[in-house]
Amino acid sequence: MIKMISQKNIPVQSIWQLLETVSDPEIPVLSIIDLGIVRDVLIVPSLNKEIENEVNVIITPTYSGCPAMDVISMNIRMALLQNGIKNFKITQQLSPAWTTDWMTENGKQKLKAYGIAPPQSRPGETTERINKMFSNDEAFVECPQCNSKNTERISQFGSTACKALYQCLDCREPFDYFKCH
Amino acid sequence: MADQISNISTTQLFNYTLNLADNSLIMGHRLSEWTGHGPILEQDIAMSNIALDLVGQSRNFYQYAAQIKNKITPSGDGGKGTPSVDRGTTEDSLAYLRDADEFKNIILVELPNGDWGYTIAKLFFFSTWQFLLYQKLIPSSDAQLSAIAEKSLKEVTYHVRWSSEWMIRLGDGTDESHQRIQKAIDEIWNYTAELFLPSAFENACYENNIGVAVSEIKNDWTQKINDVLKEATLTSPAAVSSPLLAGKEGRHTSFLQEILDDMQYLQRTYPGCKW
Repeated sequence: MIKMISQKNIPVQSIWQLLETVSDPEIPVLSIIDLGIVRDVLIVPSLNKEIENEVNVIITPTYSGCPAMDVISMNIRMALLQNGIKNFKITQQLSPAWTTDWMTENGKQKLKAYGIAPPQSRPGETTERINKMFSNDEAFVECPQCNSKNTERISQFGSTACKALYQCLDCREPFDYFKCH
Repeated sequence: MADQISNISTTQLFNYTLNLADNSLIMGHRLSEWTGHGPILEQDIAMSNIALDLVGQSRNFYQYAAQIKNKITPSGDGGKGTPSVDRGTTEDSLAYLRDADEFKNIILVELPNGDWGYTIAKLFFFSTWQFLLYQKLIPSSDAQLSAIAEKSLKEVTYHVRWSSEWMIRLGDGTDESHQRIQKAIDEIWNYTAELFLPSAFENACYENNIGVAVSEIKNDWTQKINDVLKEATLTSPAAVSSPLLAGKEGRHTSFLQEILDDMQYLQRTYPGCKW
């Protein structure tokens, strides 16, 4: 548990820790830090002693139409307020555009344990992929259940914007794949 | 952000941004009509996902358009704006309170869905165009348009792949599917001409390094389309002989009004109503 923080002198690190407790509403095992949604946390010093320093949380949406973003914003707000931080703002930033390259290793492991195959790109690959309109280079997605690479894509679009639907041809389990983006 | 723009009238930039927003919103809304009606569950979900991406993109453009509009007509200055923007323009007022002739979307996106093949053909033509357009919009001198284009391009890439795969599946499928997708292509083809015909606001934005010269993406578009049609054993129709500007200048088919009747009903009936 995180202790109440006095806003007068908040270390940035404690805000990051606090944000670690905010999870993605669609994939609750992932925190917004794991997902790479939080781009920065800034503490803007207040010149007036009566007014507390302002916390500025900069977030970026995963997909333009992701309905989870509004809920995430609200949950950040709640987490800050519940921990005594009242003077803050949440800024949405579009560029650079979110990429699964920002997902933490920890996040990828949590995804797999949850039954969702994690994105399998190496940094920098995503940009390259965008330029290849018709390529299907995500053919070797590993089954999160039995680790087989003998899998097949059922649909490029899954239960949420960030996922595709696959099936394992060995253990026959259908599964979600968090697609590279 | 609009402060940075010196040589271009904010009205032109506003119209340019609205055109991008309206294209995405109307296409997204049309596609969302498939939700719950797709041929199989996976494809129903795919169509809804694409619709969601497009509506999300339109929100980003509308939010920016609202910022620009509010600089032209500050909140409270009721004299200059239309009554709908009196209280300050928002993304919602732009989507829900404008009349059909104020919409600047291309006609292609307002066409009815028809059968599955007709919808796929519309989406394929549109997504390939968006894919090329957004790539050229990324280097724009307008930071916000550039950021939205960068974000949207990643999503559109999936739309192009998905719709291309369907073009091939239907074209190279059964006699029935081949015939129907070819008919769809032939019917929609005339409406693709407007994609490459620049309006006054597109010209103004291009001249100021803000917008894209749509005529310049025509060759790449034609090439990509022909590649897929060939793979799909389909025939590419002849060039449109006399293309017309229509939707971009606010002249629409009655199909747009039908969409708006449905989409704007709640806000028109209960102004300011919130969930």
